[in-house]
Amino acid sequence: MIEARGLVQTFLTGQGRKKTEVHAVAGVDLDVAEGEVVGFLGPNGAGKTTTLRMLTTLLKPTAGTARVAGYDVATQAVQVRRAIGYVSQVGSTFSGAYAGDEVVDHAMLYGMTRRAAHAKGQELFAQLDLEGLWRRMPKNMSGGQKRRLDIVMGLVHEPGLVFLDEPTTGLDPQARANLWEHIRGLRDRRGATVFLTTHYLDEADALADRIVIIDKGRIVASDTADNLKSQVAGDLVDLEVAALDQVAVAAERLGAIGEQLEVVERHVRARVPRAGRAVPGLLRDLDASGVALDSIEVLRPTLDDVFLTLTGRSLRDAEGDAPPEDPATAPLEGAGR
Amino acid sequence: MTAAPSVSAPTGPAAPAADGLEPNGLVRDALIVYRRQIRMNLRNPAWVLIGIMQPVLYLVLFGPLLKPLVGSFDLPTDNPYTFLVPGLLVQLGMFGAFFAGFGLIAEWREGVVEAERVTPASRAALLVGRLARDLSLLLVQALILVGLGYWMGMRGDVLGIVAGIVITLAVGGACAAASNALALTTKSEDVMAPIINMVMMPVLLLSGIMLPMTLGPGWLESVSDFMPFRWVTDAVRSTFLGDFGSNGVMWGVAWAVALLALGVWWGTAVFRKENS
Repeated sequence: MIEARGLVQTFLTGQGRKKTEVHAVAGVDLDVAEGEVVGFLGPNGAGKTTTLRMLTTLLKPTAGTARVAGYDVATQAVQVRRAIGYVSQVGSTFSGAYAGDEVVDHAMLYGMTRRAAHAKGQELFAQLDLEGLWRRMPKNMSGGQKRRLDIVMGLVHEPGLVFLDEPTTGLDPQARANLWEHIRGLRDRRGATVFLTTHYLDEADALADRIVIIDKGRIVASDTADNLKSQVAGDLVDLEVAALDQVAVAAERLGAIGEQLEVVERHVRARVPRAGRAVPGLLRDLDASGVALDSIEVLRPTLDDVFLTLTGRSLRDAEGDAPPEDPATAPLEGAGR
Repeated sequence: MTAAPSVSAPTGPAAPAADGLEPNGLVRDALIVYRRQIRMNLRNPAWVLIGIMQPVLYLVLFGPLLKPLVGSFDLPTDNPYTFLVPGLLVQLGMFGAFFAGFGLIAEWREGVVEAERVTPASRAALLVGRLARDLSLLLVQALILVGLGYWMGMRGDVLGIVAGIVITLAVGGACAAASNALALTTKSEDVMAPIINMVMMPVLLLSGIMLPMTLGPGWLESVSDFMPFRWVTDAVRSTFLGDFGSNGVMWGVAWAVALLALGVWWGTAVFRKENS
């Protein structure tokens, strides 16, 4: 459904002669098969949304090619638009209009008749728990209801491929969990291919068949969550030693079976391959050496660990390194919001 | 670089629309956009009246001041309202329409513009539908203004009044299109408002809307000769008096058409631009 080769997007930022060229996307190759749910993961400013905007024809690539649903995004933009649904991170409906009217008008811009658009809209309202909200304005809806309305807008013309840009940003945990169920349903009930960007690790982990990680405009990994995690050198074992004078012994014992040893006050941590098998022996060893523990924690690798392994930075730290905002989505400099 | 599953998708050029769908076209898409826009305006009709308050105040509070002066203007009428209403019409066309872009910034901020741009709808239709909304509102406001002016004593040629309103709509269309283009370029009310003020103030002062430019010194009239809106104002004034064939009317009409073409071209270009 998506086939991109060497996608590049550069733009100028700054004022006057001090303009700097920023490589928002620096050569992205991407393949997404029909029926897949792909999570496009990366910190803010990594190039997720810019890539998405190129794939949805909202931004012309500076270089490279992309075919979406079989059509070239640069030369067959209208055909691409007919084939895809797009749910932007900023929303898609006017706060002062009736939700149902917005859905019908939007569907008609895809060529649907008023009657068909109305029927499809009503059906989707029912499926996405929006019954009774047809004549309500988005400004009077909750955050979760508004996001589900945005999804209705993206699905009303029945696309085979749906792009979701940070679909749960700003939602409370309950609304997020609810929306996840609906996103799963896109594939399970409708057979749609879903391409979603997110900077939430748990979201990518929970929803995606495959995770594509982007950093600084380049794709650094693409695989299932389990396979990505298996690249990390083992589980994290965290020992909380009861007495400070026993930390050195505990560090020696843990260091013997693990890597990346770290000591912080009474905590001794290391990456241990197959920790489930190794930890009982470690506990016996520590006991024999007279080392008492207050607690022990074994943590499976997370996607953040994967990101750290691949880039040398934590995903959360990378949030602070975000390059300037893409001018395509920003007001003129000096403007207030 | 990815574990690349096979891509199964149609190839080659597509038909304009899938089965059961209507093909997109400028008129159809513009009508959808127009209907959506006008529906929102009808939900808040007070804004139409608020928009016309400024010219109405000029008519009611400034019109009487012209009564003793209008005879000295060297014009073929000594009716202050027949002089003032055409100027206020052009003012309405310029000012009212130039603020249309503020609504578009609000739509852009809520993602509506992007949602429309990701549909296969004609890019020009996204602008034309909004322009049609702006012109509909302007027509209603113009009729209210002319009706009020008539009630206060304005007299003129009926066909000329209709022609004057049509010229006003052309100028209003130009200003609305430019305003929408400016809105999508700046994407900020804080940037757009001073730009509009900076542009509109000299336009207002050099267009002879309140007083004829012939009253001023020669240099000021010469400067105003380079102001297209002065020709438009003079043309609307002339048509109200039943003059359809003078050079001044021709110039005014030509400027109105040229401004409309320029505004629509700019507006459409901005809507087409990929990063708008």
